[in-house]
Amino acid sequence: MHLVESETVMATTSRTKKKPASSGQAATELRSYYKRMSLVRAFELRANEMYARAKIGGYCHLNLGEEATVVGLTAALDDRDYLFTTYRDHGYAIMRGMEPSAVMAELFGKSTGVVGGWGGSMHMFDMGKRMLGGYGIVGGQIPPATGAALAINYRSKAGPKAEAVMCLLGDGTTNIGAFHESLNLAGLWNLPIVYVIVNNRLGMGTPVEGASAEPDLYKRGSAYRIEGTRVDGDDPIAVRDAARAALKKAREERRPALLELMSYRLKGHSVVDPARYRSKEDTDEAKGNDPVPAFRAKLIADGVLTEKDADAIDDDADKVVTEAVAFADESPDPSVDELFDKVYASPVANASTRLPAEPAVVLS
Amino acid sequence: MTANEPKSRIITYRQALNETLRAELERDENVFLIGEEIGVFQGSYKITAGLLEDFGPKRVLDTPISEEGFVGAAIGSAMLGLRPVVEIMTLNFSLIAIDQIVNHAAKMHAMFGGQVKVPLVIRFPGGGGQQLAATHSQNLEVWYAHIPGLKVLAPSTPAEAKSMLKAAIRDDDPVIFLENLALYNVKGEVPDGEQVAEIGKAAVVKTGTDLTVVSYSRGMVTALQVAEEFEQEGVSIEVVDLRSLRPLDRDTICASVRKTSRAVIFEDDMLSYGIGAEISATIGEGAFDYLDAPVRRVAASEVPLPYSKPLETAAMPHAADLSRVIRETLDATRFKK
Repeated sequence: MHLVESETVMATTSRTKKKPASSGQAATELRSYYKRMSLVRAFELRANEMYARAKIGGYCHLNLGEEATVVGLTAALDDRDYLFTTYRDHGYAIMRGMEPSAVMAELFGKSTGVVGGWGGSMHMFDMGKRMLGGYGIVGGQIPPATGAALAINYRSKAGPKAEAVMCLLGDGTTNIGAFHESLNLAGLWNLPIVYVIVNNRLGMGTPVEGASAEPDLYKRGSAYRIEGTRVDGDDPIAVRDAARAALKKAREERRPALLELMSYRLKGHSVVDPARYRSKEDTDEAKGNDPVPAFRAKLIADGVLTEKDADAIDDDADKVVTEAVAFADESPDPSVDELFDKVYASPVANASTRLPAEPAVVLS
Repeated sequence: MTANEPKSRIITYRQALNETLRAELERDENVFLIGEEIGVFQGSYKITAGLLEDFGPKRVLDTPISEEGFVGAAIGSAMLGLRPVVEIMTLNFSLIAIDQIVNHAAKMHAMFGGQVKVPLVIRFPGGGGQQLAATHSQNLEVWYAHIPGLKVLAPSTPAEAKSMLKAAIRDDDPVIFLENLALYNVKGEVPDGEQVAEIGKAAVVKTGTDLTVVSYSRGMVTALQVAEEFEQEGVSIEVVDLRSLRPLDRDTICASVRKTSRAVIFEDDMLSYGIGAEISATIGEGAFDYLDAPVRRVAASEVPLPYSKPLETAAMPHAADLSRVIRETLDATRFKK
């Protein structure tokens, strides 16, 4: 298990409750969660491979080992809610309804990518899906997410149909000023926002205990009177239920919440990180906790899935990802003609459209 | 004056800002003000006086001391379609929020594929001369003027304060709105009614034939005063007010210098890598063949600004410094009236 001092604070459901029915709505839902986890896993493994083949540039951080968290959190969100994420955002983009092919095309830097090749791996964004961005600067998303919740307060009343904001961050991010300033504002102004710490136990190579004087990160909301809950991040149902409860409170009571999801990164910080700083025991433990085979095995044991069903789901995921790669590969690069089109939203006199070798002043 | 002519009043720069904020709050319910001490305290420099009382705490939102937090929150609210006008107490404190301004507000529209707009105004005064010592007296506007995605405005008169603030609030991009402590009490004629400035345009505010002075913000007051003094001597100085530091209106600058053949830049920031460096390079590229003398810059001395009044005064550019450099530039070309 994870580094949890007191198991009583850790919200879990599916591992502790009685077996779910093998048919009916609950089973359909569980199968769909496995399907989603399998898709995120397949997508990320393929992204890893495409990076190695130099189809993907820049930084590339994967959700490998965090599939239960990705699926549980996005299952708790309504379409009307806003999501802000870290740079480890591919899975969230897909689960928020963005096409895997458009997400892969973004990784490839193509014009058909979700932001037309302007953002890459760390900056998936879709206004329509209310996925308001992956953010490459650690914690950069926290103040804007808090401001989105301020805008909800500005425009609408609390209630079960109200909008809410979910803002993800990593364990290392709980040490930056913007985290504390934002929680203070959210607590002070009663904002409808759920801050979710995905504690994968490592900020790049630094363990939580080496970075945070209070390593029980869910307690960090207490300075702002924000309730914190620690949740088993390898359990999609526990994650979903905890997120739903927090979102309900945000919608109906306009109270912010803090969730800490305990997970363990399967691989390095990014695709180029071999994670040599991790011991064999660590890596074995992460593999032992791998939520995808664990959830698969559990659903099979509970009679929700057969081996054959699970294999078919995995094959389908693989097919979707293969098609996404083909789409990304065949898509055109953005045109250099559009280089200056998006610098400003309002056209403005004298905006520079100069290429590097062109003069700053054109004699008229 | 006929009935059709717009009426005008003589008011201070401070009053022009205050009235414009009021008018924009009345015009658009998505406009709201956010910042430290802008409500109950009515603003550190009283720019927001009376607005909390009339518009309430939703529209005039006092914040804790959290520049990074509330500037970022303003950005997030703008992403959802609100039009926040942020007051940061002085330019110096904007550095605490610079990650949100430079890495986020400035980048979002392009980096997110043109899907989101950030209609945000960040107002703050820059400037020294108030014996506030090194950390409270800076002119770092060039830091923001360096960043594509931002628009940077620097009004020099009450009328511009009004028309440019209206333009900034109605613009769909993040706008840095540079004020100056020494300008708040400056009076000027402000026309009534709707004047909305065009962003990205400089203005020739005084025409002349012998030498061009380029300046902005507080520097314009000095530039016009010195130009008037030279006029008494029979020297015709043209004065260009940059107004917009980004985008920069290079054409207006170069057109002026092509006419006058001489240029002096008067700036409150430091000389090295400053606004004047960019103007000088622009003139070198766009008016080289027309120049009769090297382009000179009158800029702050490169020192953390001291508290002591004589030291502070020595380090800052003043009218006498500008007069001297204009004279040296004229002498270098054996200028004859």
